[in-house]
Amino acid sequence: MSQATAMPVKSSGLDGMMIGLICILGAFWSLMAAARGVDPQMVAHGWLMLIGFAVGLILVVNAYSANGRVEDTGLYHDNVIKAGVIATMFWAVVGLLVGVVIALQLTWPGIFYFEQFGFLNFGRLRPLHTSAVVFAFGGNALIATSFYVVQRTCRARLAGGLWPWFVFWGYQFFIVIAATGYLMGVTQGQEYAEPEWYADIWLTIVWVAYLLVFLGTLWKRKEPHIYVANWFYLAFIVTIAVLHLVNNLAIPVDPFASYSYSVFAGVQNALTQWWYGHNAVGFFLTAGFLGIMYYFIPKRVGRPIFSYRLSIVHFWSLIFIYIWAGPHHLHYTALPEWTQTLGMTFSIMLWMPSWGGMINGVMTLSGAWDKLRTDPVVRMMVLALAFYGMSTFEGPLMSIRYVNALSHYTEWTVGHVHSGALGWVGMISFAALYCLIPWLWKKKGMWSRALIEWHFWLATFGIVFYVAALWPAGINEGMMWSAYNDLGFLEYSFIETVEAKHPYFIIRVAGGILFLAGALLMAFNMYKTITGDVSETEDVVEPQPRAIPAE
Amino acid sequence: MSDIQKKPSFHQKFFEKNSLILTLGVVVTISIGGLIEIAPLFYLNSTIEEVEGVRPYSPLELMGRQIYLREGCYNCHSQMIRPLRDEVERYGHYSLAAESMYDRPFQWGSKRTGPDLARVGGRYSDEWHRDHLINPQSVVPESIMPPYAFLQDATLDYSTIAAHLRVNQFLGVPYSDEAIENAAADLEAQVDEFSSGYDDLLARYPGAQIRNFDGNGDVITEMDALIAYLQWLGTGVDFSTYDPDAAENQR
Repeated sequence: MSQATAMPVKSSGLDGMMIGLICILGAFWSLMAAARGVDPQMVAHGWLMLIGFAVGLILVVNAYSANGRVEDTGLYHDNVIKAGVIATMFWAVVGLLVGVVIALQLTWPGIFYFEQFGFLNFGRLRPLHTSAVVFAFGGNALIATSFYVVQRTCRARLAGGLWPWFVFWGYQFFIVIAATGYLMGVTQGQEYAEPEWYADIWLTIVWVAYLLVFLGTLWKRKEPHIYVANWFYLAFIVTIAVLHLVNNLAIPVDPFASYSYSVFAGVQNALTQWWYGHNAVGFFLTAGFLGIMYYFIPKRVGRPIFSYRLSIVHFWSLIFIYIWAGPHHLHYTALPEWTQTLGMTFSIMLWMPSWGGMINGVMTLSGAWDKLRTDPVVRMMVLALAFYGMSTFEGPLMSIRYVNALSHYTEWTVGHVHSGALGWVGMISFAALYCLIPWLWKKKGMWSRALIEWHFWLATFGIVFYVAALWPAGINEGMMWSAYNDLGFLEYSFIETVEAKHPYFIIRVAGGILFLAGALLMAFNMYKTITGDVSETEDVVEPQPRAIPAE
Repeated sequence: MSDIQKKPSFHQKFFEKNSLILTLGVVVTISIGGLIEIAPLFYLNSTIEEVEGVRPYSPLELMGRQIYLREGCYNCHSQMIRPLRDEVERYGHYSLAAESMYDRPFQWGSKRTGPDLARVGGRYSDEWHRDHLINPQSVVPESIMPPYAFLQDATLDYSTIAAHLRVNQFLGVPYSDEAIENAAADLEAQVDEFSSGYDDLLARYPGAQIRNFDGNGDVITEMDALIAYLQWLGTGVDFSTYDPDAAENQR
């Protein structure tokens, strides 16, 4: 156990110098943008980024003592993961709250729009919601869990000295730039790729650092084999890098302008965007969270992964097939039909590898089914897999051209996305956090198991309200759009179809509030666990052993 | 149920032992689909049909488009009419690829919380648009659209308009050097029916609608630009010269 005792050693300090240099260069550019920005948004962002880089520089300098930089060489680097867990919880509450606000706006526009605050209109808040839940909440959950999992399954400390901290703070910085940009109207105008060119460049730097920290830790591993969860994390990191780089290729109008023009136009832009958009679902919201599933479910239930062979087959087939599926977002559009057909075909094939992951996860409970009754966190994991299975069945269904003729442009799509996002991504992330919090802060368990139970049921009812409202709303809407009367005229004007959705929108708001309430209970439970005394808790979790075999 | 074989498999020896080979395997696996699907769209001539009447946006329309993007209109409005009977009857001729060939980014959208806007140009008067943007419920009581009254008070900042055109020209949009030089003048001319630049503007941007769009002749506002953009949408193509059944238009 000699490794376990933290032995401070002198570091070369190169990591800090490089990060410091990035901060200095960034601060220089930000100052130029603040002084010479051609639009007020650029000037505001220039000042904001200047503050960010200055704080970054102070933090880096702080890491050096009089004798240079002293590095903690404890077995595992957990402080950055603790920060990631807190950030994940924070952004979850923010993202869900904005979601509730925009749901209220669509339901009661007379109350929730303010003529004098145009920046709070739906068009600017909706990207804020999607980015906050997908990139801020989901992204932080992925970074934090991947840092945890890669260390435990490699029995190696995170590589790179200060670089993991650079990844963490750099990512939060990206989120703040993106979010403030949306409110000021800085956007590329492409869904889920709204951040402008300078935010994109910054994310690229952070992402390369993330990849290198992850790979560096794999290189240091003391386990002979790379564990399956890490394949998924690696595929997520690498593919997101490729998607991000290609889809965001753009030329700014001025080196200090907050707007740019995409190098792709029209139909090519449409396909590149949905190749990006759909694989943001495939690799960010699926592959990454399968990485979480492959570590946290076996750990929590104390059983090995059901089938090693299935994990190989579904890993490679999933990443191969997913990348083709994008054109199903463009059925019946001006995209050439051969491309649409290819997209549809692969989307339907995608059903199988998706269910491979679900089966592998659920069957891992073999021999531990009783935990479904006794452990609300295990129940959360299984619910997540159930929603994963449902939405990966629904997705291929909706990708069929004739179904899509009805479902496209309607609320059905929104319902589908939320069954995946709230049900799968949300629940598996919450479950992983419920495992991580006691492990990281060395507690016996969460402060209150009753609150986990409440969270589980509030979230479950929230999702059910949400999707049960939007499925019929969308189908109803699609059918009203294409309804004809006896005389052969369109039966409904567009606004009548909007009016018809009002009752469903009220139910959606209720579902959103329930889901948010569950997350707030979790935040409170987390606060009490970290700061309080949990010796009396009923939620007893197995403490993490110091070294875990990879398989 | 763990079924680890006694002898290490190919996968165990190869991909699970070497992170770089695993990374390379992932890159190759994810590249195939994208290359086969996306790359041909850039060189297959049949991807975009040839039609009469599609031209780059006039400077005022382009600035209006920037406001459309800034306000996130694409979150609720599509610009892509599908060739389905009800859509063609509700919104007009289905959209052609050529109609968005100068759109950077494209704005086809993915959701119709509001109606499709691909052919909204010419459907409503400027006054209607103005009233609707200031207070949507004043003309459509059941509407759930937010108010955009601030657009009529916001002076349009077009100091960088020439740079906008230049970037587009660099990316292949056929703006002439002359168009870039006169970008600001063209923008000003489009809101003034009596300006001396009237004929030059029409020569450079055939079919451009020239008038004061927001009813306020003192300043060029963001409302002017946005309405100019909306009124142009979908009006370019001369469908009398387009035969959807012609072999070259089959894609």
